[in-house]
Amino acid sequence: MIKTVTKVALPVDEVLAIRKNRIEPEGMDKKLKKKCKRISIVTGTHGDELEGQFVVYELQRRIRENPDLLKGIVDIYPAMNPLGIDSITRGIPAFDLDMNRLFPGNIEGDMTEYLAAGIIDDVKGSDAVVDIHASNIYLTEIPQIRINELHQKELVPMAEQCNVDFIWVHSNATVLESTFAYSLNSIGTPTLVVEMGVGMRITKEYGNQLVDGLLCLMKHLGIWEGEVISPRKPMISTDWTDVSYLNASTGGLFVQTAKHGRMLKQGEVVGEIIDPLEGKVLDTVKAPTDGLLFTIREYPIVDEGSLLGRLLAKEVAEK
Amino acid sequence: MKEVTIYKIKGLYRDDFRIKGYEFGKGKKALCIVGAMRGNEVQQLYVCSQLVKKFRQLEEEGRIENGKKILIIPCVNPYSFNTQKRFWCTDNTDINRMYPGYNLGETTQRIADAVFRVVSEYPIGIQFASYYMPGEFLPHIQMMDTGIDYVDLAKQFGMPYVVRRRVRPYDTTTLNYNWQIWDTKAFSFYTTTTTTIDPSSAGQALLSILSFLAKQDIVKYHGPGGVASRVISDTELVSVQTAKSGIFEKMVEVGRNVRAGTPLANIIDPYVGTILETLYAPCDCTVFFMHSDPLTYANTAVFKLVPAE
Repeated sequence: MIKTVTKVALPVDEVLAIRKNRIEPEGMDKKLKKKCKRISIVTGTHGDELEGQFVVYELQRRIRENPDLLKGIVDIYPAMNPLGIDSITRGIPAFDLDMNRLFPGNIEGDMTEYLAAGIIDDVKGSDAVVDIHASNIYLTEIPQIRINELHQKELVPMAEQCNVDFIWVHSNATVLESTFAYSLNSIGTPTLVVEMGVGMRITKEYGNQLVDGLLCLMKHLGIWEGEVISPRKPMISTDWTDVSYLNASTGGLFVQTAKHGRMLKQGEVVGEIIDPLEGKVLDTVKAPTDGLLFTIREYPIVDEGSLLGRLLAKEVAEK
Repeated sequence: MKEVTIYKIKGLYRDDFRIKGYEFGKGKKALCIVGAMRGNEVQQLYVCSQLVKKFRQLEEEGRIENGKKILIIPCVNPYSFNTQKRFWCTDNTDINRMYPGYNLGETTQRIADAVFRVVSEYPIGIQFASYYMPGEFLPHIQMMDTGIDYVDLAKQFGMPYVVRRRVRPYDTTTLNYNWQIWDTKAFSFYTTTTTTIDPSSAGQALLSILSFLAKQDIVKYHGPGGVASRVISDTELVSVQTAKSGIFEKMVEVGRNVRAGTPLANIIDPYVGTILETLYAPCDCTVFFMHSDPLTYANTAVFKLVPAE
């Protein structure tokens, strides 16, 4: 059932509506429905991140194949930022704002805050929320869940159900307190943040992997009674020193050599920064340590400092 | 005047990215002024250019006090100006959300780090700031309410208003916030406009800063000392929000004193021209901020008003 979560009229003959699809067990009486568990799958906060679009489609397709196995409520929010998705804009067009820095919003605030508050009000109280992101247009990520250290005790066991390759518990930063996930976690609605793939693209393999995981999580919560896989055992990092960052030493064109998701040896070549004008190699980028290349630069043009990749320390990756 | 390069990175096909600063006087670091950080902050760039011109003259006339050094950085982001982008061209990140910066991090983190290393050595810092929404301000001084109190110093600018702003989570990565945390007495100076030049408020800012610096014994200047500032919290500002989206037809100007019930603007249906809504002043007040785009969204605070004392 399609429902409008919140809406606002735009200046010239258009209504901006945030919509969701609520999927409920068929034939369940109203009293039982009120007691059953609810999972919310949210995506499309950044208009250039599309991996979640396939995930929410595929999840619904699988539920629809066996609707009798659904024992709880699944709320699908495919587009938190419809104007951004339509205009291939990461933030909210016109406002030039990152929507994931506006939460919990304010019902009496401006349009963006008003919408954010309406979304939080609708999602809060879910038994689990999965907020699906797709890195950005510059970097490709292996399927992973990122968790603020403040909420790790509750969230890591849930994340382990999700069939992702990596769980990254990061330190708290004040600036992140205005994210969707932080806002919900701080009011007791457990929310996981998935990062996978790359902006502006669909990686079907990752999408299917996550859908397998979402069904595992739903089964774990008692929302799904169908057969599920055994979720893969993720690598878990809780120490910031586990991750090494590769930043460009100079501007140029980055040409990747190492394969994404592979274990690299210290000194192994990750790629080269080249100068197409003069036909020269400006820098050879090497792994600073043994580790798993879980992030790789996708967009080739780089400035000095641009992130080229991230390595997870070998001992953590192989634990 | 000494031109210094604060930071430089090599461009692939573009000229090198350079952040330039202009130093005046010699000796102890006394004051740093930072201008445009975003590629649309033309007024902020313009004000700084006028300040550089004025300080050059003051220096030539021996009117910078001995042993005092002033640094002005008119622009932290020339690349974005030249491509007419607001944020960093390559990845659309905002340099003013990267402080205090990180010298081994991503490009805008490195830029912020390089700038902050220089500017944090000054005991007083002024940033010409802009608002995230399009609009015009009554010129004023703003300071973050971090608990470090130097509002009496802010009053010495002689501007009509000093606004104390509550710190939000996203403020913690701005220059102004980090300046304060790292012991610089930091002020955000808002003039009237951002994307267009307003010589009148630029001139007011210039005189205000000269007057302020004279009071701090940094420059020799005998001019008007400004007015007694009214200190207000941003929570005291009264917002007037639209209930409708449409064409924004203003009926007042920024700075005007209005009585309760005065019509401030109409919101017009863009197709049939009917008035969808008239916004009125809810109290006797001064128009402090006014939306400046021809269109407006619903739920938008298109006016911020200072209630009459």
